[in-house]
Amino acid sequence: MAGNGTNGQQYVGTRTIRPDGADKVTGRARFGADYNLAGQLIGKVLRSPHPHARIVSIDTSKAEALPGVKAVITRDDFADMPSEFIPAGEMMMNYKDVTRNVMAREKALYEGHAVAAVAATSAVIAKKALKLIDVTYDVLPHVIDVVEAMQPGAPILHDDLFTVGVEPKPDRPSNVAKRVEISQGDIDAGFKRADVIVEREFKTAPVHQGYIEPHAVLATVSEDGSAEVWVSTQGHYIVRAHCARLLGMDIGKIRVNAAEIGGGFGGKTVVYLEPLALALSRKAKRPVKMVMSREEVFKASGPTSGAVVKVKMGATKDGKFVAGWAELKYQAGAFQGSPVQPGVMCAYAPYEIEHVKVVGYDVVSNRPKVAAYRAPGAPISEYAVESVVDEIAKKLGIDPIQLRMMNAAHEGTKAAYGPKFGPLGLEETLNSIKKTEHWNTPLRKWQGRGVASGFWFNIGGETCVSLTVNEDGTVSLMAGTPDIGGLRASLAAVAADELGIPYDKVRPIIGDTGSLGFNFLTGGSRSAFSGSMAIVEAAKQIKSELCARAAKLWEMKPDEIEYAGGHVKPKVASEKVTPMSLVDFAKVAGKTGGPIGGVGRINAQGAGPSLGTHLVDLEVDPETGRVTILRYTVAQDAGKALHPAYVEGQFQGGAVQGIGWALNEEYIYGADGKLQNAGFLDYRMPVASDVPKIDAIVVEVANPRHPYGVRGVGETPIVPPLGAIANAMENATGIRFTELPMSPPKVLKALKEKYGAGGAGR
Amino acid sequence: MAKHHVEAIVNGDPVEFLCETEETLLDVLRDTLHLTGSKEGCSSGDCGACSVTLDGRLVCSCLVLGCEVGGRTIETIEGMAKGETLHPLQQRFLEHAALQCGICTPGFLVASKALLERNPNPTETEIRYWLAGNLCRCTGYDKIITAVQDAAGAMRKG
Repeated sequence: MAGNGTNGQQYVGTRTIRPDGADKVTGRARFGADYNLAGQLIGKVLRSPHPHARIVSIDTSKAEALPGVKAVITRDDFADMPSEFIPAGEMMMNYKDVTRNVMAREKALYEGHAVAAVAATSAVIAKKALKLIDVTYDVLPHVIDVVEAMQPGAPILHDDLFTVGVEPKPDRPSNVAKRVEISQGDIDAGFKRADVIVEREFKTAPVHQGYIEPHAVLATVSEDGSAEVWVSTQGHYIVRAHCARLLGMDIGKIRVNAAEIGGGFGGKTVVYLEPLALALSRKAKRPVKMVMSREEVFKASGPTSGAVVKVKMGATKDGKFVAGWAELKYQAGAFQGSPVQPGVMCAYAPYEIEHVKVVGYDVVSNRPKVAAYRAPGAPISEYAVESVVDEIAKKLGIDPIQLRMMNAAHEGTKAAYGPKFGPLGLEETLNSIKKTEHWNTPLRKWQGRGVASGFWFNIGGETCVSLTVNEDGTVSLMAGTPDIGGLRASLAAVAADELGIPYDKVRPIIGDTGSLGFNFLTGGSRSAFSGSMAIVEAAKQIKSELCARAAKLWEMKPDEIEYAGGHVKPKVASEKVTPMSLVDFAKVAGKTGGPIGGVGRINAQGAGPSLGTHLVDLEVDPETGRVTILRYTVAQDAGKALHPAYVEGQFQGGAVQGIGWALNEEYIYGADGKLQNAGFLDYRMPVASDVPKIDAIVVEVANPRHPYGVRGVGETPIVPPLGAIANAMENATGIRFTELPMSPPKVLKALKEKYGAGGAGR
Repeated sequence: MAKHHVEAIVNGDPVEFLCETEETLLDVLRDTLHLTGSKEGCSSGDCGACSVTLDGRLVCSCLVLGCEVGGRTIETIEGMAKGETLHPLQQRFLEHAALQCGICTPGFLVASKALLERNPNPTETEIRYWLAGNLCRCTGYDKIITAVQDAAGAMRKG
């Protein structure tokens, strides 16, 4: 079992200072755009001004002739790829689409789609060169809205896209890439048993992950074809794999270094600039640095889907949910692959319901291809369900927390998407919320309180870490998953506890792709979960190796020796031998068999779902429609919080992203198919003065399949806010808002329709 | 056209550099002076990741031209710690886990320092409005506000 402690101290579960902290508060930490190489060129991308156009021709000759331009690339520099679906974490990917997304081939499919790229001796020259590239477009009709894209006669994005999952197999291409369905029980029979049925349609807008650091990469390719890359990414092994495939290079020839990453939230799990920088560098034989502008981030990197969702739920008069049906239509952007599948699976996952049927559609339109965004797909479907749950509570006159408690999924519940759950913490989060002082404070007119719960699976996956005992007994910890929110602090605490050494004797770093075996990316709330499991394994190797070496030194059997409290010692104390610490052993490492270390190589299984419940108070200004969040409490099951402060930080950060999604954030398109708010002024994310303190309650229902009981925590916090805020809005205004964001113009319009100007009639 | 020759004081040291007319102070700091602690998040003055002080006034360095700073005094994140001692704000940001990814952190620290120099005892609301020009997408601001309040208290006690 885990946890040796040193001098009785345990670091796991405490608020240690992060080992990378000093660098982060002094400006020393190097993020993606902070890397430079001598002789580097600056790369820039030419992007389509049209949402949908056939690319008739691209003439780069004038750009190439401009002094200072060292390379120009277009579709001709990338080989076409066969259509083939490959699992990529929580999503699927297809290189035929990836190669077209990084560089348009037959058609430009959204405003901002890359059409060509240039590397030049300065940014000024690169920008001039872009203007000298002649692209002849045959502009085509476009479609932005998900429902319009599904209509017969809508402009078709891909001639070879035929809806999968419908019978009979369609004979015409469509923008509906696939239909997915999960079901259990008999949905019609379920509704027959219901005393109350609520049916509603909801609409959500696409929102961007909104990381503050734009995508950035520096790449250099040598004459012998080997390459090195520094990049801001959630997964440098994934970058390596994608680039090798897209550029026809050997994986072993590409070394990728993970820069410090300035936020990702799922948006940095795919490649955009990386293959372009490598292709430019390969052509120019010079290092190439590329950094996106904020406008490019909005127009050409993945938001998550906007959607239209229908929900129909039935309950008995005493509050038992008996039937849940839903239909989800998710925007995928220009290429298929929206998170509709997890959306379908999560919709009813928080509850035990006998009869469930959820259908989803993955729909392409002339928007940037969506990327993962924190619990991809789940906030949308669960928002709709949580809104309907609240209506059912009102109709039945049952307290909304009590209603959720009565129907909460728990250990042994069979989820509609398949598995039987192990221990789950939803009931504990509901209880925690109910006990807060927040839940019992009175509210005034135009104020409302809302509650909602949320579910996310979490994942494990391939993980490799190493622990190396240095000559002085300090320990180097190397992980291969980029640290985005304090990972190194959590992993160092686990290593210190496992080896029984002081926390500050462990130095954690993120290794490059040549230093460790394959690591899947930081995503799916997996990095602390899987990384800590791998460290336990690596530490076990060190402890077992030291016991074996001690056995030789002491002429005892290895099983007579143990590693405890930071020392190797006989299980039965003996006067003949003195226990040896890691420091003692480090000194004699050479004489006892050489370097000491362990490598944890695992495919982590047993990730535990994390459930949360959010409670929000808000106030609506009837004069302006502005909504102010007054108070906010999050309770979520962490399983075990390795570092409670960074767990709370995930809760708080996810809640505020959810507040933005619910109240303000949206992609706004004109009739011309162009994005109208591609900047932080008009795409308004929450700022410090928009939000109150976010109270965080860490619930710990141990995950039995992890040595410390850890579940992932990063994604679930963005799931409940949308529903909680919509439910609070209903309580504040008497109006059920079914469209996100609930921005001031929409709120004002709804208030005026119901109560007259300024809400006078209320 | 020829580049501009500019002399200024950065973090207490005299510097001189050449810059193009269109280069921003942020470009000069990052690309010419190699002070990459100031970050570019938007280049439109909306995110505050490039916050520095110019003659003591808090500015977005992406909205100042390099050729405007001749004879002026600039303080960046790189000048905040004194020797081996972190500024109380830097120390409290670490203790309160007020950063996750850390990209916005330099801007928040520079902006918070500018606030406490004007108002050593700000209310939570005053801190929130002062920092409304700095975007953070990871933390939800909660621990940042706590860290600033705690640092303010520590600095008042001296």
